[in-house]
Amino acid sequence: MATYDFVFNGLGLRDWCDSGGASSAPMSMADLLAQSGGEGDKEASLWDLPFPSLDALNDSCEKIIQTRDLTKGVEQGFLAIKDALRFVLDPLTQPLSWLLEFALTVFETAPWWMMLPILIIIVYLASKSVRLAVFVAVCLAFLAGIDHYEYAMQTLAIIFVCAFLCVLFGVPIGIAMSRNDTLQRMTIPVLDMLQTLPPFVYLIPLIFLFSVTEPKLYGIAIILYAIVPVVRLTDLGIRLVDSDVIEAADSFGMTDRQKLFGVQIPLALPNIMAGVNQTIMMSLAMVVIASLVSAPGLGVLVLRGIRNLELGVGLISGLGIVLVAVILDRVTKAALNRVNASQKH
Amino acid sequence: MGDTIKISIRNLYKVFGEQPQAALEHVMAGMSKTELLEKHRHVLGLRDINVDMHDGEITVIMGLSGSGKSTLIRHFNRLIEPTAGEVTVDDKNVLIYGEEELRNLRRSVMSMVFQRFALFPHRTVVENAGTTLKVRGVSKNEYLAEAHQWLDRVGLKGFDNHYPHQLSGGMQQRVGIARALTSNSPIMLMDEAFSALDPLIRTDMQDLLLELQTELHKTIVFITHDLDEALKIADHLVILKDGFIVQQGEPQYILLNPNDPYIEDFVSDINRARVLRVRSIMIPLEGDTVPPEAHGEVRDNDTLESVIARSGGDTSHSYVVIDDNGPVGTLEMTSLIRALVPRVASEAGARKY
Repeated sequence: MATYDFVFNGLGLRDWCDSGGASSAPMSMADLLAQSGGEGDKEASLWDLPFPSLDALNDSCEKIIQTRDLTKGVEQGFLAIKDALRFVLDPLTQPLSWLLEFALTVFETAPWWMMLPILIIIVYLASKSVRLAVFVAVCLAFLAGIDHYEYAMQTLAIIFVCAFLCVLFGVPIGIAMSRNDTLQRMTIPVLDMLQTLPPFVYLIPLIFLFSVTEPKLYGIAIILYAIVPVVRLTDLGIRLVDSDVIEAADSFGMTDRQKLFGVQIPLALPNIMAGVNQTIMMSLAMVVIASLVSAPGLGVLVLRGIRNLELGVGLISGLGIVLVAVILDRVTKAALNRVNASQKH
Repeated sequence: MGDTIKISIRNLYKVFGEQPQAALEHVMAGMSKTELLEKHRHVLGLRDINVDMHDGEITVIMGLSGSGKSTLIRHFNRLIEPTAGEVTVDDKNVLIYGEEELRNLRRSVMSMVFQRFALFPHRTVVENAGTTLKVRGVSKNEYLAEAHQWLDRVGLKGFDNHYPHQLSGGMQQRVGIARALTSNSPIMLMDEAFSALDPLIRTDMQDLLLELQTELHKTIVFITHDLDEALKIADHLVILKDGFIVQQGEPQYILLNPNDPYIEDFVSDINRARVLRVRSIMIPLEGDTVPPEAHGEVRDNDTLESVIARSGGDTSHSYVVIDDNGPVGTLEMTSLIRALVPRVASEAGARKY
């Protein structure tokens, strides 16, 4: 007999419990072992008292659901709304697939002697630093030199698209949050969840929703994961703008729009840029994991290293990811510093 | 100048808290500030303020920190909404203004100068000065030209393309003043505009303001906690304490006739010789007779200090006081000396000896 029989006996629920209708949950391995092993009743001691969890109560009363029923319920619930969800989300997210495919095609088909100079010019324009441009050139040349050029370009293409979309959606969300306390209170738990949810968990529902061959599958996962910092820091940046300056703007009769674009966003720009930097770094982290769901790029090599125990391949491509990360970080930080320098107090 | 009332404040109350209207009733019933705070957790900001500000005059609102002066000035352009009362500008009730009218008021009728400058750090000096015109939609060339001109006028020639952080505090506040002037608004609100500056620069800025005022005749509302500054620039002085007006009037009059121990306290520390002017203590002429024994002529706006210097300290002298139209009164050195001693000090002296 199970531990918590006395509860149901005491409450007079024994008849109700035994009135048939056993749980339909799949049997767990432990149950199976217990059934076949037939360990028999051991001496019950206080040390062995199980927590009155669903499973423990189920032992005493079959009417109580098992934990397995819960996970099964979630699964069935999701599967039930899957088609409806997909019907809405599929067309909405289709442009993301097109964008990713387009970017990948461009980055892959453009010859290296065009692509590398363009990237280096972009680096120079963003940072206005010759040293950094040279550093980036050396890094990219090294990657190309060890035949990782194509993988690196795929990774960069995905990051460009995803980080761009993160900024496109994240900055307006952050602005809206900074202007509305209720919205901020509602959004922050969502952001917290997105930030703490392990990256792999994003992939699970997405795999059910979209086909693994579609680029938007990993695109969505990356965007959800990486959008958080830019939203948070835009909100923070605008809220941190000196209240004296805002008061001055009000006293001159600025409209909300003039205040937003003329004062708040420019003054919040250092924080927004810091958010963009973080967003780019997080999309890089996610693009590696997303190789599990067919995202191309350096992550594929890492995955190969793990799957096939090809130590060298895994380590070298890991180093390549570090180089890409350093490039992206340095360039965005240099751009951030330029913004900072122009508005010291 | 000075005859038409530009801004008028009537029965203005401000209560800070969650239910200001309910708390206001207690205030109306005569509850004090501390009692209101203890019993109802509401802060009384302003109580029954009545002030008229005349066109072309400098009205100085003076009080210590916490007296509600910065709160008061923010009611003029409704950066703070009153709990009860009336604010009229050019005989129009500002409090019933809609969004559009209020924006118009802030853009072209009032401009503000701030204690901590509140310049836009990401814009150059000339862009900052032009902000007030830019928000009105004036074209860039036009507002930059106007801003440039006013920057010259406040003594910042050649700093157009600097950024605010490259300037000293005094220079930054000059930009603040240029920014307010560029708007060409008839009213200027100056919230402790010079309080953050060191004393020498502050004197410079006061002189600059007075010099600009002789030319521009704006209606200026000036907030300060410094009585010397108030007496120097005020045409009309309003003294606030704990959110109500203790005394208001011509500064010379207040100095000679303080009606409250609080003000007596204030004025006892003042260098009266430098602040008081001949016209405040002279004996007006009766008829056209100029006393024959006079030792010379002094202007009605001379400070007592300059008269003392002129007399060489001889208390037997007497002078004829003249203004632009000729003699207006006589001044005995003995009455001048008497005026130098504040009432409180003389009473204390009487008790001592």
